[in-house]
Amino acid sequence: MSGSQTKARVGTLAQIGTITRYNFLNYFRARRFYVMLAIILLISLLLTVVVGYYRPVSFLGLPGEPVSTAVLGFYGAGWGGFVSLVVILSAAFFGGDAISGEFQNRTGYFLVPNPIRRSAIYVGKWLAALVASTIILAIFAAITLANGLYYFPGNVPWQFEQSFVFAWVYLVAALSLTFAFSSLFKSSSISILMSVILLLFVFSVVDTVSSAVVGIEPWFSITYGAGIITSILMVQYPPHLQTQSLGSALGGANRTGARFEITTYNATVPEGLEILVVYFIVMAVIGLWLFERKEFT
Amino acid sequence: MTPSIEAVQLTKNFGSFPTVSGLNLKIQGTKCVGFLGPNGAGKTTTMKMFTGLIGTSSGSALINGVDVEKDKKAALASCATLIETPEIYASLTPKEALGMLCEIRGVPRSERNKRIDEALGRVKMTEWEKKKVGSFSKGMKQRVNVASTLLSDPEIIILDEPSTGLDPRGMSEVRDIVRSLGDRLVFMSSHLLAEVTEVCQEVAMIDHGKLLVYDSIENVTSKFAGGGGTVEVGFAREVDDQVRAKISRMPGVKSVAKSNDRHLSVSFDSKVVSLDGLFESIAGLKAGAVSFEQGKGLEDAYLSLIKETL
Repeated sequence: MSGSQTKARVGTLAQIGTITRYNFLNYFRARRFYVMLAIILLISLLLTVVVGYYRPVSFLGLPGEPVSTAVLGFYGAGWGGFVSLVVILSAAFFGGDAISGEFQNRTGYFLVPNPIRRSAIYVGKWLAALVASTIILAIFAAITLANGLYYFPGNVPWQFEQSFVFAWVYLVAALSLTFAFSSLFKSSSISILMSVILLLFVFSVVDTVSSAVVGIEPWFSITYGAGIITSILMVQYPPHLQTQSLGSALGGANRTGARFEITTYNATVPEGLEILVVYFIVMAVIGLWLFERKEFT
Repeated sequence: MTPSIEAVQLTKNFGSFPTVSGLNLKIQGTKCVGFLGPNGAGKTTTMKMFTGLIGTSSGSALINGVDVEKDKKAALASCATLIETPEIYASLTPKEALGMLCEIRGVPRSERNKRIDEALGRVKMTEWEKKKVGSFSKGMKQRVNVASTLLSDPEIIILDEPSTGLDPRGMSEVRDIVRSLGDRLVFMSSHLLAEVTEVCQEVAMIDHGKLLVYDSIENVTSKFAGGGGTVEVGFAREVDDQVRAKISRMPGVKSVAKSNDRHLSVSFDSKVVSLDGLFESIAGLKAGAVSFEQGKGLEDAYLSLIKETL
């Protein structure tokens, strides 16, 4: 009989590698990678020009301020202020339609009916998205670092290195979330849109409402966990719980005794990492479960 | 091991609607089996269950004895598939797309280029092997899809309307390819009965998700097409009544109708005269017969078994 003598049973790891490689190639060929790169370069260019021209104190510090404080301010404003956006856009760009596209574009009909587990396809595509996103994140970090070294030669705070690692962990968790959404929907545009809306707006609103209005720590929110990326860049790591008085309500404390207070929670580093890792695991399981059951109808 | 495909009480419901209902079908050996049925009969749904594109509601789809739902990787190890008209990543070239499948399917590295070149050559796409698939027409993509089924030297090939989107030449080339796969088990759905008659030895017909018949084309034709078949005989010159009368009197011939000046449609009883026997008898008349095309036996059987569409 033809066939079986001339081909070997391929291991799942090798198949994952194949899917990763060809999907990564597809990102490059489809110009998706270059569009994302252009966005990052544009953000970096704007920051470079603004800092160079206006020399804002939020970036370069006040005159006489210690360098160790000023340098943290620079990375906090330049990196901390934008890295979440970079992570969210990368996750949406590379992961938002990774699975839904197989259904909408019918490419799944070419790939799925082969001797390969769906989980291998899922993991392979996820790894391709992670590699592409990591390159984007690394480029953004490199430009920030180059600018930082220009203004503060030879001074790279250890907090920036940690912040980069936290941002990468956030990227891992965000990709897991966007892949889960991608498995849920059959339309690429809906899954991308839902991912962006959730990560950019919904979670932030939930964080604010939960902590400031209801007074509950938003431990269930991925963006709350990701707060450690910026918190680590502060001179003093912010306290876990902060209560801020915004003055008097109903005529002031003198008349009623009531004051308007805002509660702010800040995730500690272990807590933030825990939230991100749990998001990664839970969303990976949900995404895989959905993809395994989703039908090409 | 003899290649086999088996549906055991295979059922698929979409909501409360049963698309495939308790289908039992066992196909074994190296042959081509046509899978026929009207639109919505459950052909594609059945094939999707055999290829892991959809799950079963109950029952099993077995390939070489392995349940696809339980272990798709093992079940499809020696099986190539073409379901509907798949799209290929638009940014890849046919060579790259087929390279990806070679890797997934375990074609040895040393043989990959040769296999890809051969497969693309068979579907006449060599010239386009380094162009991006995104610029291809539907027919060109389908040629690459057909090529993808030839890569890993599979024992079993499942084809769902492989000629879809192809021009007449492409259809003819696909028929030639399927015909050349004689040492494999080919399970092919099609609405083109002439195509099935030409390339398949057996047919399975389903309607409303249930198997109506599975047998050799000859048996199905003789059982359900009024006990015989039809051949269209072409002549080099105008056929006169004398020739027509001589054919009418041949054993097993039920009727002879004039299709046009140079063609006769001969209806015969296959229990009395075989197709090759009839061919020899007509050629023996030396009346200028130049073509002999098997006619509508399968179509008659189909129409007698399947009374309505949808």
